[in-house]
Amino acid sequence: MISLFALVALFILAIFVGFEVITKVPPTLHTPLMSGTNAISGIIIVGALLCIPDSSPGVANILGMIAIIMASINVFGGYLVTDRMLKMFKRKND
Amino acid sequence: MIDTIINSVYLFAAVLFIFAIKGLTHVKTARRGNFLSALAMFIAIVATVVKMQISGQIGWGFIIAGFVIGGAMGAIVSQKVKMTAMPQMVAIFNGMGGGASVAVAASYFLRTNELGVVLGVSDSITTIIGVIIGAVTLTGSFIAFSKLQGIIKGKPILFPGNNILNIVLFLVVLVLSVLIVFGIGDSLLLFFILVCVALLLGILLVTPIGGADMPVVISLLNSYSGLAAAAAGFILKNSVLVISGALVGASGIILTRIMCKAMNRSLTNVLFGGFGQKEEGKKDTSEYENVKSCEADEAAIILDNADSVIFVPGYGLAVAQAQHAVKELADLLKKKGKKVAYAIHPVAGRMPGHMNVLLAEANVPYEHLHDLDSINPEFKNTDVVIIIGANDVVNPAATKEKSSPIYGMPILNTHEARTVIVIKRSLSAGFAGIKNKLFEHTNTLMFFEDGKAAVKKIVQEFKEL
Repeated sequence: MISLFALVALFILAIFVGFEVITKVPPTLHTPLMSGTNAISGIIIVGALLCIPDSSPGVANILGMIAIIMASINVFGGYLVTDRMLKMFKRKND
Repeated sequence: MIDTIINSVYLFAAVLFIFAIKGLTHVKTARRGNFLSALAMFIAIVATVVKMQISGQIGWGFIIAGFVIGGAMGAIVSQKVKMTAMPQMVAIFNGMGGGASVAVAASYFLRTNELGVVLGVSDSITTIIGVIIGAVTLTGSFIAFSKLQGIIKGKPILFPGNNILNIVLFLVVLVLSVLIVFGIGDSLLLFFILVCVALLLGILLVTPIGGADMPVVISLLNSYSGLAAAAAGFILKNSVLVISGALVGASGIILTRIMCKAMNRSLTNVLFGGFGQKEEGKKDTSEYENVKSCEADEAAIILDNADSVIFVPGYGLAVAQAQHAVKELADLLKKKGKKVAYAIHPVAGRMPGHMNVLLAEANVPYEHLHDLDSINPEFKNTDVVIIIGANDVVNPAATKEKSSPIYGMPILNTHEARTVIVIKRSLSAGFAGIKNKLFEHTNTLMFFEDGKAAVKKIVQEFKEL
């Protein structure tokens, strides 16, 4: 287990790293950036998995499954559509 | 021991996510970046499943069912969606992220409640924050989707007392949160009410916002979906959730700021729901005078005599599906040795970078797409500018008239070019509802026609020269 304090520190540092890196993304790639980060926010799938510790048909497990469905729409859809878009960006001589 | 290994793997995945986003800073490395991001996601999922399997706490049935259903839906949407519909898709995906966070927080809350575990203050607070952000993101995104898709009208829906109701609902959320944190009353019932109120709040926060402001809204909701994931990370004490959630949160905030700047709105104005209402300012809606118009043949001759041409596409171009016709004209011009470029305003599409994707789809090389700052110094040395389906973003009033409602908005300085050809069906106003003096300039020619038809006619005339 990680302490709450350590997590808060991680969160703040990650925000700064995010700002540094993402401000360098050119406007041309802002839409793929959004769909790509959509996919990354599907990381909630890890949390969703942890919500399903057994196979009993309880409400908590079913909520976990709903979370997995929503998150995997994000993950699969997000990565695939981002790749589909990035494939279209071509250079002059291609 | 096993926890240490798993946590190290999570950390590795988080670092990989950062490298992945770094890949997105160049077109050349972007696809690899996206792949790295998917790899990081895969690693994080496998690590979690391994951990659960080792501890013997894993409900495979639900997990596999969830992956199959969600994965199939995501895959189908990703292949079917039209590039013009990308904003709607991102909006709905934002909602999915928020919805998943609510479900995770609610599942966690229910389970601890069933087991009779009393949550500590910090655990309760993080759970509640996760639920609130997630719920607002879920319903807010659905409203944004409906507006972009045209299911509900794009105009701001503002009933009397809307803002007061929002404040009241927000206070209710606060009171409920305090009661839950301190374990006063039936916490399960209170939690359920909290979810419902937060869902309602998400609806009411987005309905008053006009369709033209949706780029700001989806950028902001993008940020929220990341923050909701981070909040779930705090609940479950999971580092990879916190780090990746923070990255997405930061990304959304940056894009929100860019959109706000491009639309001449402050972030506070956005955050407190005051937008959608037009700012005060004298609206110039007087009649147009001395407007000069032209036809395709004249436009073709002007283009033939030019050495440099800049296209300025607006959303009207995408609506008319004119990007392929424009590409054809640009290719013809290039063949004759003319310099061709595209000037893309940040709000040219319906979301950040949307126009670039639409032009990329039409095989326009990305090196020809220029943003506001890099292209603006070029206009004064340019022979012809062709504006298609753009209005407010080329209105010189934004730089010249202090009383104008769009004063201060960054615009493309097309009026500095030697000749400006504006392809537009009529002289109707843009989103800002004001007159565009560019249309009266002595060096401006209006070509009254649908975007696609107009460009095709010019192509035809140009070929016959």
